[in-house]
Amino acid sequence: MATTPRRKPRSAKSSEVPDTEELVRYYRDMLLIRRFEEKAGQLYGMGLIGGFCHLYIGQEAVVVGMQAAALDGVDTVITSYRDHGHMLACGMDPKGVMAELTGRIGGYSKGKGGSMHMFSLEKGFFGGHGIVGAQIPLGTGLGFAHQYSGDGGVCFAYMGDGAVNQGQVYESFNMAALWKLPVVYVIENNKYGMGTSVERASASTALYQRGTAYGIPGAPVDGMDVLTVRDAALEAAEHARSGKGPYILEANTYRYRGHSMSDPAKYRSKEEVSKMRTEHDPIDQLKSKLLELNAIDEAGLKEIDREVKVIVTEAAEFSQNSPEPDPSELYTDILVDA
Amino acid sequence: MPITVLMPALSPTMTEGKLAKWLKKEGDAIAAGDIIAEIETDKATMEFEAVDEGVLGKILVAEGTEGVAVNAAIAVLLLEGEDASAADTAAAPAPAAAAPVAAAPAPVASAPVASAPVASAPVASVPVASAPAAAAPVVTGAVEPFQPEVLTTTAYTLTDIPEKTYDKFVRMTVREALRDAMAEEMRRDDAVFLMGEEVAQYQGAYKVSQGLLDEFGPRRVIDTPITEMGFAGLATGAAFKGLRPIVEFMTFNFSMQAIDHVINSAAKTLYMAGGKMGCPIVFRGPNGAAARVAAQHSQCYASWYAHCPGLKVLAPWSAADAKGLLKAAIRDPNPVVFLENEILYGQSFDVPDDPDFVLPIGKAKIERAGKDVTIVTYSRMVGTSLEAAELLAAEGIDAEVINLRTIRPLDVPTILASVKKTNRCISVEEGWPYAGIGSEISAVVTESAFDYLDAPVRRVTGIDVPMPYAVNLEKMVLPDAKRIADAAKAVCYKA
Repeated sequence: MATTPRRKPRSAKSSEVPDTEELVRYYRDMLLIRRFEEKAGQLYGMGLIGGFCHLYIGQEAVVVGMQAAALDGVDTVITSYRDHGHMLACGMDPKGVMAELTGRIGGYSKGKGGSMHMFSLEKGFFGGHGIVGAQIPLGTGLGFAHQYSGDGGVCFAYMGDGAVNQGQVYESFNMAALWKLPVVYVIENNKYGMGTSVERASASTALYQRGTAYGIPGAPVDGMDVLTVRDAALEAAEHARSGKGPYILEANTYRYRGHSMSDPAKYRSKEEVSKMRTEHDPIDQLKSKLLELNAIDEAGLKEIDREVKVIVTEAAEFSQNSPEPDPSELYTDILVDA
Repeated sequence: MPITVLMPALSPTMTEGKLAKWLKKEGDAIAAGDIIAEIETDKATMEFEAVDEGVLGKILVAEGTEGVAVNAAIAVLLLEGEDASAADTAAAPAPAAAAPVAAAPAPVASAPVASAPVASAPVASVPVASAPAAAAPVVTGAVEPFQPEVLTTTAYTLTDIPEKTYDKFVRMTVREALRDAMAEEMRRDDAVFLMGEEVAQYQGAYKVSQGLLDEFGPRRVIDTPITEMGFAGLATGAAFKGLRPIVEFMTFNFSMQAIDHVINSAAKTLYMAGGKMGCPIVFRGPNGAAARVAAQHSQCYASWYAHCPGLKVLAPWSAADAKGLLKAAIRDPNPVVFLENEILYGQSFDVPDDPDFVLPIGKAKIERAGKDVTIVTYSRMVGTSLEAAELLAAEGIDAEVINLRTIRPLDVPTILASVKKTNRCISVEEGWPYAGIGSEISAVVTESAFDYLDAPVRRVTGIDVPMPYAVNLEKMVLPDAKRIADAAKAVCYKA
């Protein structure tokens, strides 16, 4: 069991206020990502997870809000290496994700991919890619496949503010606009590409305008507010799905942790981080809203906390009890037998 | 149960660190996410955040302590309702401290090369197995000293592959054979499409895709902008989703723009996905030297791509090779790099006249049988080597010419069987010598048929320079029949 099962395809209007059940689900999905990532950080600290490990803490509202516009079983998602949140939001099993982080056979890639490389065709998640920007032509290709097969699907292709300066992003924008491919490009602007701020990397920091030369509409969105993201996602997805071509959303967000586990994050002030955490936290914001709307009471929130904690604890246990891949796995999955 | 807070690993290489400063004191309430200490790693000073909430019951390692092993207990956190006495009991067993995960890599450092005969410090002596599994399942890393049985499993064909024979043939050019192969496979499977620069309306920069737009329309024969990295990546993404793209590079020189997608995206994904997602795609186009187009447009990529697990690399010579192998490549569920040759496009050959004609990938062809010397080659150099064989025949040397057809997986049984018969071997390629295909052939023959050799294997390759433009210099670079014949005579000690 991962995130709660999502509703069947429907055509929500962005003006429509989501029902309380849906709001509670966003809360739970964001909390699951938060707690999962905290646990991953802890396991990393224990030496159970190695190498690169990029946590999504702080950015939960982006993928949860975007997925609110996705059609289950049809749409596709692709991203780079800060990807655990996307996997959980797509409905992938936290046990399989955590076991991949610990490099065990029960992981999504049998322990052979690691943090940056997991895939689930069943859940429409196409990775998990380690080369900054490379996921954008790949995601454009997923959009191409949706159009070629006429399945009505849209690809949500995520990139960070670092990737927007890669040339292949613009090669992709050009082809997507030229062929009106159903792709929603989501720029998760968390203000820093590793240790370099957007201002020090991008000549123009209005990243949502990066498709202007190709006639691709773009919009900035408060990526710390799941409902705002959801509304923008519905509009962007509708645009792409209706055959009008790609759409760019720039979700302004923030990562609380360093770029990866070994990053002391000296390039930003403690005040900046704590201001975002205390004033803009996506989970706290939605929690206040839920209580305000009487969508849930404190007891209900506690129950969700408990439920999420159980899922994460079970995932952590599974990830430590699942065996390492058998040595014979070294030689499998290099080629498909023809 | 109080929670034991362990010394965290805060970088991929950290095994121990300094507990620089406690930011909370005993008795302080702690929320998840609070920074409780500063820890100096091998790279930087990091903030250590609490994962659980509670009260800091007891500090076990004083600030300023250096060399604290990863996973040593450093504090005890009391949960809601627990009192300080619980901290003492929890601290006593110090669960994970006795089984430091960091110990696994550490012994390597303690076995300095100088201290003892090399043999006494095998990797296996790392006492990984002794870590108590119950306390904290340990990441073991390497377990046994690893001795691969074969060098790789996917680089070589290791068993003989049967090949069908045909009795009816039709004469056609390599160009037509390639076009027919694509057309037949596109008729067979709607998921197959062709994408590249000038493939549709222009009918192909080298007219290989002539007529395909008319038959299959713009949905399946797609002109791209000049954007190799973009469309190679796009096609790879489409293949992830189950389509079967044929990507035409106008020439393989331009695949350098896209090589990240060929290797990192197409070739590696199946492995990274534990077999859950593959990439059935063909990257094709003319490879190697054309004529008078200078260094950036004259280069053989066989060695570049053959280096990489996860790819198959084919290089046809004749029209039959071109048709049979391209059909096989399109049907193959793996990424295939298909190296054609512009000079060969207009040459005519007999092609089996059979709708089911397909050639097996990984199977070489003996183009000319002989008993005195084996010439292993591919692509355009097959023709040049056959010319050389005629020169050699005039001098009484009977050469066997092997057309590899597939560069990866390499047909090792066919090469070895020939060498065991002739006892002499040369390789011929247009590409550069360093780490070239000839280097691989030489290694394989030396490793597996050394006792059969009467002379060292000799490589005939393109000269180790960027391709010059001047007609006389260009001619000096590529192997010709005489250079090949001279090398064959040399290994026969008849030079």
